[in-house]
Amino acid sequence: MKLETRIYQKENNLSLKKHFREILADLKKSGFLARQLAERDIKAQYRQSYLGIIWAFITPLATAAVWIFLNLSGTIQITETGVPYPVYAFSGTLLWSIITEAINTPTNSTNAARGLLSKINFPKEALILSGVYKLLFNSGVKIILLVIFVFLFGIGFHWSLLLLPLVILGAVFFGVTIGLFLTPISMLYKDIGKMVSMGFSFLMYITPVVYAIPETGVMSLVMKINPFTPVILTGRDLLTGVQPEFLTYYFVVLGFCLPMFVLALIGYRISIPILVERT
Amino acid sequence: MPQQDQEILVKVENLSKKFCKDLKTSLWYGVQDLLSNLKGSKAERELREKEFWAVKDISFELRRGECLGLIGHNGAGKSTLLKILNGLINPDAGKVTIKGRVGALIELGAGFNGILTGRENIYNNGAILGFTRKEINEKLDEIIDFAELREFIDMPVQNYSSGMKVRLGFAIAAQMEPDVLLIDEVLAVGDLGFVLKCFKTIDKILPNTAIIFVSHSMPMVSRICNHIILMEKGVTIFQGEDVAKAIDLYYRSFVNNESNVVFDDGSISLEEVQLLDPTTGEPTNIISWGEDLKIILGLNNKRLEYLPFITISIYDKEQRGVAFFYYDYKAKSIDKGLFLISFTHNKLQLSKGNYTLNLIVYENTKMINPILRLNNILSFQVLVEIETWPPFLLDTELNYLVK
Repeated sequence: MKLETRIYQKENNLSLKKHFREILADLKKSGFLARQLAERDIKAQYRQSYLGIIWAFITPLATAAVWIFLNLSGTIQITETGVPYPVYAFSGTLLWSIITEAINTPTNSTNAARGLLSKINFPKEALILSGVYKLLFNSGVKIILLVIFVFLFGIGFHWSLLLLPLVILGAVFFGVTIGLFLTPISMLYKDIGKMVSMGFSFLMYITPVVYAIPETGVMSLVMKINPFTPVILTGRDLLTGVQPEFLTYYFVVLGFCLPMFVLALIGYRISIPILVERT
Repeated sequence: MPQQDQEILVKVENLSKKFCKDLKTSLWYGVQDLLSNLKGSKAERELREKEFWAVKDISFELRRGECLGLIGHNGAGKSTLLKILNGLINPDAGKVTIKGRVGALIELGAGFNGILTGRENIYNNGAILGFTRKEINEKLDEIIDFAELREFIDMPVQNYSSGMKVRLGFAIAAQMEPDVLLIDEVLAVGDLGFVLKCFKTIDKILPNTAIIFVSHSMPMVSRICNHIILMEKGVTIFQGEDVAKAIDLYYRSFVNNESNVVFDDGSISLEEVQLLDPTTGEPTNIISWGEDLKIILGLNNKRLEYLPFITISIYDKEQRGVAFFYYDYKAKSIDKGLFLISFTHNKLQLSKGNYTLNLIVYENTKMINPILRLNNILSFQVLVEIETWPPFLLDTELNYLVK
């Protein structure tokens, strides 16, 4: 039997292609581990909680509720959104929460496995993959909730609803790519995590989450350039059965994410030993 | 053993690794290393400010069926070396080539979640160790039986005792069939039954495996290792097949520890203690096996009227009591002030290693009321060719008896 040979030395003299091949091999190996880790965390989370799944969507629900209240009470005036405002606000905050969760996931799962990383050699892709599994589980719950809302507010069934999971998958992919880029540095410095969460609370206001893109002005331009906009809007448009307005931009963003994701994953792999050394 | 024709599984060439003493600086270096790693820099790595070599210029080769012991003080770089071999951190210089499946007994029960049951955690830990679901399904019963936990296997692991957790962890790890096995100190925990079981497992896999064993327990090292590296501050002090010599050197670095007072009622004090070299009569702390052991005690009597019962016990480096100097005690009156007594034992038959002396002075031979009790008044080393685990090396004659 031919034995697998590993070589450890200071230079990482692998070409991008070789890295990519190793990633694919490791991804294949890590399927079971990733599922096991995700299952472990989800089970443990719900076995120790009565409200369980509610925590997955209580925050976006509350944010939406605040905006719905502000709007209904006339405290702030929101331009016409085309669909009942509660549906608009709620779909916005839920989609937004899926993206932010996706961005935080790589860092969180890597952080949670710090102890493991410094003791045992296992395919690191499993951490990312298990994070994605957990994310999809939580997002699945959110989608169901969204669909219920759509029916409650009498928008009714559209064929486009069936495409929604694909768009959510895209949103998750988009978020994880960004998160993966941030992980190496935010594992070293806690500041990065704080900056990111602060940054995103601002970013929400230049994305059509709880209000639509204004017709004119600087804000209109900023929101149209913002790469988060097509992801949120496409999701919402499919949900409410409107022709997606930013579909091209959405595909551009995702297309750009693909090579970026591979690059980020390679960077992640290379950075793990350096992170382990400092934990 | 025809070791030459066995393939080399682990090859380490001039391996070095540096660490940083300061956290903030270390993080900043981390950022720099991240960038230079991404660029694939090949430049020689020098020590930067506040850095030191945790592992420096280590080289060795290991074949199937061999066991390398890594010994040294805390912080000598043993665990760092093991982490590099395990591929957890990258070296700063040198090269490691490992062939085959690598198993690590570095942390048992990694990935356990306390809320989940033992059974669920077998899958968690097994997945991390690289088993497939099918493999775990097949081995599940064996694991549960090996851990002797059938009764509790569906109980949350957080209710397990630490010993049970370790047993479960080892039972899973024992299912690995590695070509190279890295062991770091894990066998030190657990009760005797567990340790014996671990050894049995290791004995079983050793012929097909190259083992690298980090331990502070020299009896364990001398039991399973046939190669040894003694490290200190990252560099090799001794390397070779003479395990006994390395253990000797290791123990010698602990000689001359401070003595400590356990009890003292002020009636007598120890002023001086010496071990005399049997040939020169000079003070020493090294004695050869089979020589006469002579200890001189200088005591200061403050308020005793009769000679107390002065006892000395020998302890080995693992603090096991090994021997007691027995003599015929006769009470006699003594004066206040300094006096000397000597203990002589002919033909010392202790085995190789380091020993310490503990002193207890009693009022009389009933040994009830100690009046002075000192630990570690003297440490000495016994030199002899042969390395044995038991504390006594008894001079024996062998006769071949013809029927």
